[in-house]
Amino acid sequence: MSKSSLKQTLKDLETKKISIRELNQDYLKRIKEKENLNIFIHFSEENVLKQIDNLEKDNSAKKLKGIPIAIKDLFCTKSMPTTAASKILENFNPTYESFVTQKLLDEGSIFVGKTNLDEFAMGSATNTSFFGNTINPLSKENEPLAPGGSSGGSAAAVAADLCLGATGTDTGGSIRQPASFCGVVGIKPTYGLCSRWGIAAFASSLDQAGIFSHNVEDASILLQSIAGFDQRDSTSAKVDIPNYFENLDDDLNGKTVGIPKEYSIDGTPMEISQIWEDAIKVLEKKGVKIKNISLPHTKYALPTYYIIAPAEASSNLARYDGVKYGFRSDEINSLDEMYENTRAQGFGREVKRRILIGTYVLSAGYYDAYYLKAQKVRKLIADDFNKAFKECDFIVTPTAPSAAFPLNEKQNDPIKMYLNDVFTVPASLAGLPGISIPFGKDKNNLPLGIQILGKHFDEQQVFNAAVSLERSYE
Amino acid sequence: MNNLIKGEKYDWEMVIGLEIHAQVKSNSKLFSSSSTKFGSSPNSQVSLVDAAMPGMLPVINKYCVEQAVKTGIGLNAKINNYSVFDRKNYFYADLPQGYQISQYKYPIVGEGKVTIDFKDGTSKDIRIVRLHLEQDAGKSLHDQNPSKTYVDLNRSGVALMEIVSEPDIRTPDEAGMYISKIRSILMYLDTCDGNMQEGSLRADVNISVRKPGDEYGTRCEIKNLNSIKFIKQAINYEAKRQIEILESGGSIEQNTMLFNTSTGKTRPMRNKEEAHDYRYFPDPDLLPLEISKEEIGKIKSSIPELPDELKNKFIETYKLSNYDASVLTAEKQTSDYFNETINSDPELKNHAKIVVNWITSELFSLLNKNNQDLNNSPVSPENLGQLIKLISTNEISGKIAKDVLEDMFSSGKTARQIVDEKGLQQVTDQGEIAKVIDEVIAENPKMVEQYLAGKDKLLGFFVGQAMKLTKGKANPKMLNDILKQKLNKKN
Repeated sequence: MSKSSLKQTLKDLETKKISIRELNQDYLKRIKEKENLNIFIHFSEENVLKQIDNLEKDNSAKKLKGIPIAIKDLFCTKSMPTTAASKILENFNPTYESFVTQKLLDEGSIFVGKTNLDEFAMGSATNTSFFGNTINPLSKENEPLAPGGSSGGSAAAVAADLCLGATGTDTGGSIRQPASFCGVVGIKPTYGLCSRWGIAAFASSLDQAGIFSHNVEDASILLQSIAGFDQRDSTSAKVDIPNYFENLDDDLNGKTVGIPKEYSIDGTPMEISQIWEDAIKVLEKKGVKIKNISLPHTKYALPTYYIIAPAEASSNLARYDGVKYGFRSDEINSLDEMYENTRAQGFGREVKRRILIGTYVLSAGYYDAYYLKAQKVRKLIADDFNKAFKECDFIVTPTAPSAAFPLNEKQNDPIKMYLNDVFTVPASLAGLPGISIPFGKDKNNLPLGIQILGKHFDEQQVFNAAVSLERSYE
Repeated sequence: MNNLIKGEKYDWEMVIGLEIHAQVKSNSKLFSSSSTKFGSSPNSQVSLVDAAMPGMLPVINKYCVEQAVKTGIGLNAKINNYSVFDRKNYFYADLPQGYQISQYKYPIVGEGKVTIDFKDGTSKDIRIVRLHLEQDAGKSLHDQNPSKTYVDLNRSGVALMEIVSEPDIRTPDEAGMYISKIRSILMYLDTCDGNMQEGSLRADVNISVRKPGDEYGTRCEIKNLNSIKFIKQAINYEAKRQIEILESGGSIEQNTMLFNTSTGKTRPMRNKEEAHDYRYFPDPDLLPLEISKEEIGKIKSSIPELPDELKNKFIETYKLSNYDASVLTAEKQTSDYFNETINSDPELKNHAKIVVNWITSELFSLLNKNNQDLNNSPVSPENLGQLIKLISTNEISGKIAKDVLEDMFSSGKTARQIVDEKGLQQVTDQGEIAKVIDEVIAENPKMVEQYLAGKDKLLGFFVGQAMKLTKGKANPKMLNDILKQKLNKKN
């Protein structure tokens, strides 16, 4: 069965070809069939049925009425627990709804469940979750593959057709890389486009909500629904949100694409270089001017990211201390012991590693050499892009340096794991919008992704280039 | 002036700097909309942001920023157009975020100064290093349960201004005068309620001692003092402690100290090795704070007269002494009361000194005796003005006026009502006074003789007798004059 798109489903619902109940029962059935993939941290059929009941009584017209959506378990939701895939929030039930999920609820969508992720979004394989690995739905039997991460559950939910779209968050590639691994579309918009209010924070200056979907059109519809200014987030942007879907235009004739030479990295598999070339050729055929550009500070992006993100995380995660909510250790004889045991037992290895790195780089005597330096490099990286975008309309690169890898590979080698973000991190540091779309396969028939980056708040151009490549690939 | 204190062996000078934490007067907290009302039931004023729930974000309260700018202007300080909020990271049970949002490298207010006035008419400038905005923490309650600590987050997130002085202070008295002056300025500006008992104003004191002319010594910081009395006590104790150590050949460890208010002693809380590494870094949840020159100008134009300006105005307009004027302007409520009193009748402007005396001695002593505050004085400025008018127009004597004021204070009646009801009008009829004097002279021939023989002191006796007969209502000057006249005629 071919997956139906969000766009088509909305039409079918409107013409009563299918009812909200029928539609969602279809998805519920598949969710139960795919339980072994461990895609959801929280799934309750009863909860979904209740939402269907409520929508059936609701006569108002809503843009996403009845559409099944999966929510990364980093978004606080009133109707479902929110864990951030951590033991420390194992039984946490927020009394509030995040900005992004509230917008989706307001438009009538149905939340099918909360998807698995790397603990506090720290990881690239959805294997640091307290609730176990998620398995990539494209895995062959007996050869489980990682779905990428940190939003691996959401990417897998779309890939396994357990929903028509899913929310994710992207700090250094956490939407784009799993989208690439699972063969779906994933967009991280410009920093500030979607409010961070109600999303458990990992690295505040980088965290950004985004969307997974089956195709670019669907992503454009869903992104519009979750974007917008929010006065409760001081970093949220006051910009007009265009109707991305209505404005989609796959005619790229006369546009210029930037091809950054620094993204040709030694050791990149042939297949990755190949699809990158293929994409460039396709664009050329469509009348796009090819411009070789230079982003000279690219090689510093990863180390910069792995200073800034852990620094912010070490502070953001200080609130999980056992005092107010969430897990508290039983072994307490003093306040210090409560902190030590609660956090030692409540956080997993990767989270602890990053808290330690972050604490170190902010420490007296090290701050200037690490954090301050990293901030300066971050500025240079952003300047690189600003300069490049004077000469091109969008930039095309591979999304990730490989296809989905086997589940347990790289588990014990954090540096190798961090290299997964090599193509996605620079745009995160610069706050730029980026999308990953499936484009070609490797020799094992696993999907590969192409990344398109745009100027600040120029999501429309990103979507246009993406839809153009997507249509030519189909 | 000699500010040195004597040790066993040497004379020592104290070097003192203050960090004052003043709660910003604002209905809501620095980064959330929760109420800041004092004394509400525990945890009743806590928003999701104040409790640091996952995904909650701070949003700056613009009013608190304006209050800080206002205060900066009042402290004659430089207002910074660009300032940054940083996170100060440390763990404590009543610090829900695990960090305090404060300002570190780029405070909202830079260098300024305040002037303190001494009784001998001299004054001294105390330089201010900076003022920055920060959040208050919650409160740990250790006395509710033998084995548990409870946390009240009502105060968590309330806006504080930290005002840091240079180490320009040399005596406990100067420290007291400095904090009083800051308190006075904040209350004039209405940027802090100045209530030290409720903790709206508290101070950390940095103190070291040195031999005159030496470099600064190693300092200790005494945390969280909430009264001027305690500040002075703590400084005195701590200075003596340091001097004793130094004179016996020891050296001072740079410690953070706590002051025990019941024993009057300081004790170390943590030493330099145990000092926190706060890992300050710019809060990525907040944008840098930018204030335009126009905004600063607008705030500046809204600032009321401050104590020093007002003091000079009082000296100039009413020819008051520096001391009277500084007493009047030390507290806003006093200068307000004075202004309202003196403006209640155009006549009173010519009797400013009398108005000052009636407020600062007679009314203040009644208020003190009855444990009351000028703000809720039973005698309104208009009524006091009326009383003073009655004195200045000779309708009643100053002596009777004191009784009238006491009556006003307890009954709430006006001076006019009391004077009329009790018939207390001064007798200014020459004939009537002369008649009484004649009576007194006639009844005391022996005394008259003695007086005429040179015992001048007896004049007071005749005045007293005459006053007694008039029930104290005779105009004293007229009484005196006529009495002298009549007695001298006998000569």
